[in-house]
Amino acid sequence: MPSTRDIRRRIKSVKNTAQITKAMQMVASSKMRRAQAEALAGRPYATLMNAVLAEVSAGAAEFSHPLMEKREIRKRALILVTTDKGLCGALNSNLLREAGRFDQETTVFITAGRKGSQFVARTRRSMAAEFTYKDSPEFAEARAISKFAQELFLKGEVDHVDVLFTNFINTLSQKSEVRTLLPLGELSALNPDLTSEGHSDLQAGGKEFLFEPNAATVLGNLLPHYLNYQMFQFLHEAKASEQSARMVAMKNATDNAKQIIKDLTLEYNKLRQANITKELLEITTAQMAMG
Amino acid sequence: MSNLLKLEIVTPEAMTYSDEVEMVTLPGVEGEMGIFPMHVPLMTQIVAGEVVVRKDGREHSFAVGDGFAEISSERVAILTDMAVDEDNIDETRAEEARRQAEVRLKEEHLSDEELATVNAAMAHSVALLKVKRRHSR
Repeated sequence: MPSTRDIRRRIKSVKNTAQITKAMQMVASSKMRRAQAEALAGRPYATLMNAVLAEVSAGAAEFSHPLMEKREIRKRALILVTTDKGLCGALNSNLLREAGRFDQETTVFITAGRKGSQFVARTRRSMAAEFTYKDSPEFAEARAISKFAQELFLKGEVDHVDVLFTNFINTLSQKSEVRTLLPLGELSALNPDLTSEGHSDLQAGGKEFLFEPNAATVLGNLLPHYLNYQMFQFLHEAKASEQSARMVAMKNATDNAKQIIKDLTLEYNKLRQANITKELLEITTAQMAMG
Repeated sequence: MSNLLKLEIVTPEAMTYSDEVEMVTLPGVEGEMGIFPMHVPLMTQIVAGEVVVRKDGREHSFAVGDGFAEISSERVAILTDMAVDEDNIDETRAEEARRQAEVRLKEEHLSDEELATVNAAMAHSVALLKVKRRHSR
């Protein structure tokens, strides 16, 4: 049976924990709002770019580019986008479980975020490069990652590049997803979920496009830019997911702590009353014995 | 067919402009080009500069960065890394950005990444200043 003092001490420590998780929840929720706004603001650009690419590829059917080349997959690379810090619920474990499914022998990892690098080192998988990204991802950071992947692909060191990241659906739900970055393959098949409804009838037209200065130059610039931008959007989605997951996790932690405080207080009061009753009994018995 | 163009200017941060216009002028890689409705489908790169939009007989400008433009008979889509309405250009800040970029360019040990960023910043600020000055006169 713990003494009243033990219980009081526990209540105090749980209260402190609750204060910390509450503060972290506040921080995460303000960061979350920003990250969500950024992720959502980027979507029209991504949608339009997909539409443009789809239309152009329909109008330039015979065009091919080294980045679109489909090869037999002997080696693949996985860009693993995780968080830097923990305390964000099951987000990272979901990602890492997915990552574990990739064949250890034929997959090289490119990580963004510290948790991913730790995972790769711990499980002794091969790592090609390690990147970081900030709370508010910058285009240059995304460009560095995507450029590295493109170089690996063009040099023939890998034949396929996937990205594993957490897609932001809403504050309460995030989903870890694998998307193919390279090869681009059929342009019109790119991320159908991002291509908005309104453009689908335009694509069907299959117009013949003119290019200025010429198709090779324009697409040669557009495709790498498209990949960089895709990566940028992935980082944004990952960040928005991370902050949302952290906020929810911290909110749960705060709620749990409050429940524990409530239970402990009840136990404390019971014990206190029991002690008073016991003391009263002792006093009266002593008086009766004296009398 | 309608005699209007649907113009969309989109940056990674936001959809800057979306409206029906009569004509647009774009800073193409091979010089300026004016686009009217019923243009042949065209895909081109644009450089940092000025996009002029004509709507209801009045002209309005945007300073834009590098990017791409997709033109079809009734639609113009501009994808760029910067787009600022001429009314929102802060001349002193653009001037400051240009000076900073100039200083950075003189540094010798710039990586490719940094060089690309600085060059982009330079092109942006020059485009901003050009648009601003042409209209304040």
